Order: sequence, then structure tokens, then C-alpha cells
Amino acid sequence: MAKQLMKGNEAIAEAAIRAGVEAYFGYPITPQTELLEYMSKRMPELGRVFLQAESEVAAINMVYGAACAGRRVMTSSSSPGISLMQEGLSYIAASHVPVVIVDVMRGGPGLGNIAPSQSDYFQMVKMAGHGDYKPIVLAPATVQEAVDLTALAFDLAERYRTIATVLLDGVLGQMMEPVELPAMRALPTTPPAWAITGAAGRAKNSVVPFRMQADDLEALNLELQRKIAEIARREVRFKEYLIDTTSGSTDKAELIVVAFGTAGRVALSAVKAARQKGICVGLHRPITLSPFPDERLSQLADEARGFLVVEMNAGQMLQDVKLSVGGQAPVRFYGRTGGQVPMPDDIALEIEKLDEMTGHPLDHKIEGPVALRPVDRPARRQETSRTSRN
Amino acid sequence: MTHYDVVFSGFGGQGVLFGSQLLAYAAMEAGLQVTWIPSYGPEMRGGTANCTVVISDEEIGAPLMRRPSAVVALNYPSVQKYEPLIAPGGLLLYNASLTLRQPERTDIRCVPIPASDTAAELGTPKLLNMVMLGALLQITGVLPVEAVEQSLEAHLPAHRRDMLETNKLALRRGAELAQTLSVMA
Amino acid sequence: MIAVEPFTEQVVFQRPRAMTGAPTTYCPGCMHGVAHRLVAEAIDELGIRERAILVAPVGCSVFAYNYFDIDSVVAAHGRAPAMATGLKRVQPDKIVFTYQGDGDLASIGIAEILHAAGRGENLTVIFVNNAVYGMTGGQMAPTTLPGMKTTSSPLGRDTRTMGHPIKMCELLSQLDGAAFIARRSLHSPAEIRKAKKAIVQAFKTQIEGRGFSMVELLASCPTNWDMKPVDALKWIETHMVPIYPLGDYKTRVES
Repeated sequence: MAKQLMKGNEAIAEAAIRAGVEAYFGYPITPQTELLEYMSKRMPELGRVFLQAESEVAAINMVYGAACAGRRVMTSSSSPGISLMQEGLSYIAASHVPVVIVDVMRGGPGLGNIAPSQSDYFQMVKMAGHGDYKPIVLAPATVQEAVDLTALAFDLAERYRTIATVLLDGVLGQMMEPVELPAMRALPTTPPAWAITGAAGRAKNSVVPFRMQADDLEALNLELQRKIAEIARREVRFKEYLIDTTSGSTDKAELIVVAFGTAGRVALSAVKAARQKGICVGLHRPITLSPFPDERLSQLADEARGFLVVEMNAGQMLQDVKLSVGGQAPVRFYGRTGGQVPMPDDIALEIEKLDEMTGHPLDHKIEGPVALRPVDRPARRQETSRTSRN
Repeated sequence: MTHYDVVFSGFGGQGVLFGSQLLAYAAMEAGLQVTWIPSYGPEMRGGTANCTVVISDEEIGAPLMRRPSAVVALNYPSVQKYEPLIAPGGLLLYNASLTLRQPERTDIRCVPIPASDTAAELGTPKLLNMVMLGALLQITGVLPVEAVEQSLEAHLPAHRRDMLETNKLALRRGAELAQTLSVMA
Repeated sequence: MIAVEPFTEQVVFQRPRAMTGAPTTYCPGCMHGVAHRLVAEAIDELGIRERAILVAPVGCSVFAYNYFDIDSVVAAHGRAPAMATGLKRVQPDKIVFTYQGDGDLASIGIAEILHAAGRGENLTVIFVNNAVYGMTGGQMAPTTLPGMKTTSSPLGRDTRTMGHPIKMCELLSQLDGAAFIARRSLHSPAEIRKAKKAIVQAFKTQIEGRGFSMVELLASCPTNWDMKPVDALKWIETHMVPIYPLGDYKTRVES
């Protein structure tokens, strides 16, 4: 199929339609409104459900209702709207029903502004709602990836009966890029056995987001944790650039930049520029922020001189990178907030600083306000990483 | 390696969006990677609008840059805004019909195109964006004018089909102007 | 030989098919049991058990899903009309109803109920108004009567600082999307029979696709009112009915 030039927001909407979304409930908020508008036109054309809710609070509960009916359903919003949806997300998680959420992030806190940001990392990846649960969080860096990950979000949400979110920012939402759209999928013909469809010729079904007895609620939590662990085992995705881990390779990245989404693609320009200057640096771009590619980062930390995390927030994914690196190498951070997009020059400068601070690979004298990388790493760590590489 | 970045800037209604999108379409249809990103938000309600286009034959990293290498300024505020920002060695293509003061920088190439006057001469004052785009294509060689003409045929909205030939004419006129200026320079 | 009259057993009263038979957790004298039964009888009579869907609220009736033998979900506090909207929009052939208390519907969920009614959402709402928050221990609700003592208005609801009762039937009947809005009471057998008829009519409104329907049921909460059950029923009649007049507030015939 020929490529089309599409805006991120509209491409996601069309991708969801082609993935077979049967109902969309949403509320206008910049910078995701084109997604809602696109749905308002296309869904009725296809005889599917579109409804503009009275609030994000109502929208997420409509999504919850339609998901209980076993239907493929989604909503989209932007940061302040996502904050309002957190209550519903907690109920949805407790109910094990699949939903897809698209968050086109904008600057915060408060009303903030409508400029691009990545400051929903915590509220999406860690989930701001009450209780122990974790959604799947997919972070595209291109419009094509946004299309592909939207389809994947529906698959994963249904496979694991979980919340799957596509997390992007205003840049990707507003940007046009060539995309290849997938073919239109057939809608599911029969709802799953657990769905709330009326107890016709079968025992009644219930979808209940509570367990009054402690034993029962713990069992529900354990089931959620089992699911989270399974997802972590099977669904980690990331993309790496100029990181050559081949043993003995001279191209091996000694410095690793970690960035997702728009920050990730901007960082790619910076990494390429730094490589031209002879700095051995590569980019690790997580695609699943949840499950987080912690094992891979830990593996890279075995040999890397240092890490630079770049985000459009004050350092949120930074915490997960630090946990993954586990003190094996210094982790620096460069972030912009308020709707500022980091520029390649700025990131390139940070890479140079990291290079200076971590010194030559054979010289472990490091100065600067960065945690020292231990010269002798614990043997256990090395054992683990050798195993995982084989 | 091909890598161009260009900012289109002008008043709302001057065709900033369509002119820049057309370039993006043409790049896509030529098999290149391309990103197109508008400024969005309160500034889209009147005032100066701008769109950034990056064209490359490799995966595009940053879709925005602090110092663009080329700027197509459709009005004077855009000249004022972008003249100081353009990367050294870059290009400022400006609508001389609406410019009150000549750009002063000597480390960039400043090319005046009387776009509004030219478009008015063609009887279609609104097509100043096409005149400027034609000039950009001629000066940078990023894509042949014919490629953009083909994209025009594919993407000119249905209710503007009657303007297809005039759009093409404006494009070519822009290219001719730029060529004449280049010869003179 | 003595002729023995054959003994014939005739069932004159039994549990509605739409109820599970699980013992309820409601307090002695609580009217939820009666309200549940009326809803279940209406479902049976209309023959809609196999396509009925209950959206239970947060409050004492959070367990309603356990008592009705129909497909059920439990909503977040106040959000039942939104959740019901989602369920109904994707399967318009089903009969979706919410069962909500006054705190749930008239306080935290007032936006959701107003907009469901405003959209003319083809749903049925069973609204049980007992003028207090029951489950949390008898706090003031938006429907608490002026002067009424509750655990969060210990000196009585002072309308100057705590406002006036919100009358949902009066409010919702103003909306063009509302097709059937009625208030009934559960304080006497005669009123209970009338309540049943209204519930049947509300479901019929939905079956016929005529839009939003709601039956408000005035009910007692002897535990939190600190009254004997019989006194509580009398109190409904003497105190609640004057503030919340019974009757049909909206009966729109066309859809």
C-alpha cells in the first residue's frame, strides 16, 4: 500500500479503526483533539460507536462499561485529562478488562500548557491510581511507530486483559510523517466468555472491581502481579542505534544515551553528531516503558562508561534507568520541561560532558558531581550478564 | 546523504501550511524520509504561523531545530524572527514584496523574491506560497519542480482543482525568478 | 372406605427468577430488599432476564450484583450512568439499568446522571433515596431533609450553611432527553405496588427505545435514622413525601 502523509493524532485514530476498535469515548483536549475529531467522523461512517463524554471522568467509565461488554474500546486524552481518568483506570485494572488509552502529553503541572512534554511518565508507567497494578505503556518515536504500536496495544490489551497505553507527546501528535497503514481487520464476531452480554443460556457473569475479604483481594492482587511478571518476561521492546555489543568490536558504544519518544528521536541526531566527533556513543530507546527494558540496560551497564538520560520532564524515566544500571556506571540526566523540546546541540553537549566526566575507558579517575563507577564490579553481576548474553 | 531542513513562516492565510505540506508530500513521493511539524497552540489563532519540514534519505531524528538551515519567510515578522536564527551558511528566502528592511547577515544567503507582487501579476495573489516554494526548489535543488507539480495534482483539495494550472504556473514562475536572481548574483 | 380429598400444592409466592437467593447483607428494616425484589419481578414479568444488565453502585447496594441472577458490573462511586452508557452503546439490544443511592446519584455522580438524562441515553435508573449515606454510617446526603440530624450534621441540616435537598426528579424532568421520570415510595404495601408499576413502565420505556427513564424510590434507613423499622416507614410518609412529592414527573410518549 502506498504511503500516506499523516498527522500523528489522525494516524493513531485510523490505526485504531483498522485494528478493529468498536467504540471510542473521549473529551476534547489539546494537543490530542484531532484524534477525537477524526473518530467523530469515521466511527459513525463504519457503524461503530463514537460518543463525546461530558468529562474525562465519564469517558473512562464509558470505556470501562464497553470493555466489560467484551468490546474493543479506547479513549484518548492529554495529561490533565489522563489525571482525571486515573480513578477509572484503577477500577479497570481491578476488573481485568482490556482497554487502550492514548495519551498525547502536554506540559504540566496544573493547567500547564499545550506544548509537548513527557511528564506523564510517572502517572502512566507507575499509574497514579490507587492499588498495585501496572499497564503496558508503549512509547512511539515516529508516526509510523505510533500506528504500529496502536495496533499492538489492542493485541496486548486483549491477550493479557489489561490496560495498554500509547504514550506520546504533542510533537508526535501534531507532526506529519509518511505512514503505511495496516489493512482493515475484521471485527471480532463473538465476545469473550467473561463478557457482560446478558445471561442468555449460561450462568450469569459479573465484573466486580472489589473483593471484600482480605484473602480474596490478595488473590486478585497476586493474579495482577503474575500477569505483570508474565508481561515483563515476554513483551519488552526497545530499539538501539550505534550500540554494537559484539565482543571485541571497536564500534562498541562506551556511552549510552537513553531516551524515549520525541526525546529519543532528537537524541538520535545528537548521538550521530557526537559519533562524527569520535565519541563512542549509542542510543537505547525504550519502546515499552512498561515493561521497562531493565535487563538490557543492566547488561549494557556491565561495559558502558556512563549513561545519559534525556527526557522532556524533570527526570522520571531516570529513576528506572538508575535502578536498571544499579550503580554500575554513572547516570547523568538532561531534561527540559514546560513544553520545551530538547535540541540536538544541547544533547550533544551533554554527551561531550559525560565523555569528559567518565574519562577514557582505561582511566578511571573521574571528576564531577557524578557517582563513581566502581572499578571492580561485583562478580555476581558479571556472571548474570554473561549468562543472559549467551 | 541528503538532508534538508526548512522552516516556512508567515501570516495565517498565506498558505504556510499547504506550501510546506506540498513539499513534504513531494519528498515522500520521491521515496525520501520526511517530517512536517506545525507550530500549534495559541499562536495558531492569528499572528505568525510556521511549519518545519525535514527531508532526508535516512531515518530522521530531530524534527525541530534551534537553527534552521533554510527559512522561507512569507512576511516581514518572519524575516525579523528567523534572520538571527538561521545556521551560518544557511538560506533566507524572503518575500521582498512585504519586506520593510533588507536582511543584514552576511554569513547566510539572503534571496529576495517579490512573491506577493508576482502572484498578483498572475492574477492569484493567494499563490505567493507557490512562488516561494518554486524559488526554494530552484535554489536548493532539494526536489525537481516537476516532482512538486505531481504532488500538486495528487493533493490539491477537490474544491481547488480549477486552480491546478495556476498553482503550477506560480511554482514555475517562482523557480524562474530564483534562477534569474542566481544568474545575477 | 373414606374418600380422601387429593392434596394439591399451589405456589402462591416465590423468589423471582431474576434473583439468586443469596442472603442479603442489608440491615433489618432496610428497604433495599424490597426494591431489589420489585426490580427482579419487573424483569421476570417483562421476560428480559437474559438480556438485562445491572450496573451496581458504590454504597450499601454495592453487593446487588450478588443478589440479582443477571449479568452485572459494579461501577465506581457515582459513575454508574457512564458505565451503563458504555455497556448500552455497544449492545443496544440489551436492557441496561443502574441501581443507585442518593449519595452516589445526587452527589458525586450528579454530572454523570444529568448528562445520561440529557443525552436521552436509553437506560433505566433505579434511584433509592433514603436521605443519608448508608454504608459509611449515616452522613448527610444531598437529599437529607432540612433540620435532619445525621452523623455529619449532628445539629441538623442547617440550610443556610449546608444547603437544601436536591430534588432529582424535578431536576431531570426538565431535560428533553428524559422520557420517563417518576417518584414512588416504599412506605406501605399500596405504595410498593405503585412503585412496581413505575419500575415496569421504566423498563418498558427502554425496551421501546424511548430514552432515559428513572424511578426514584423513597426508602427508609432505620439503622442510620436511629428508628424502629415501622417508625421509619411512617417517617417517610410524614417527613419525606412532603419534600419529595410522589408522582410522574415526565412521561414522554414519543421517542
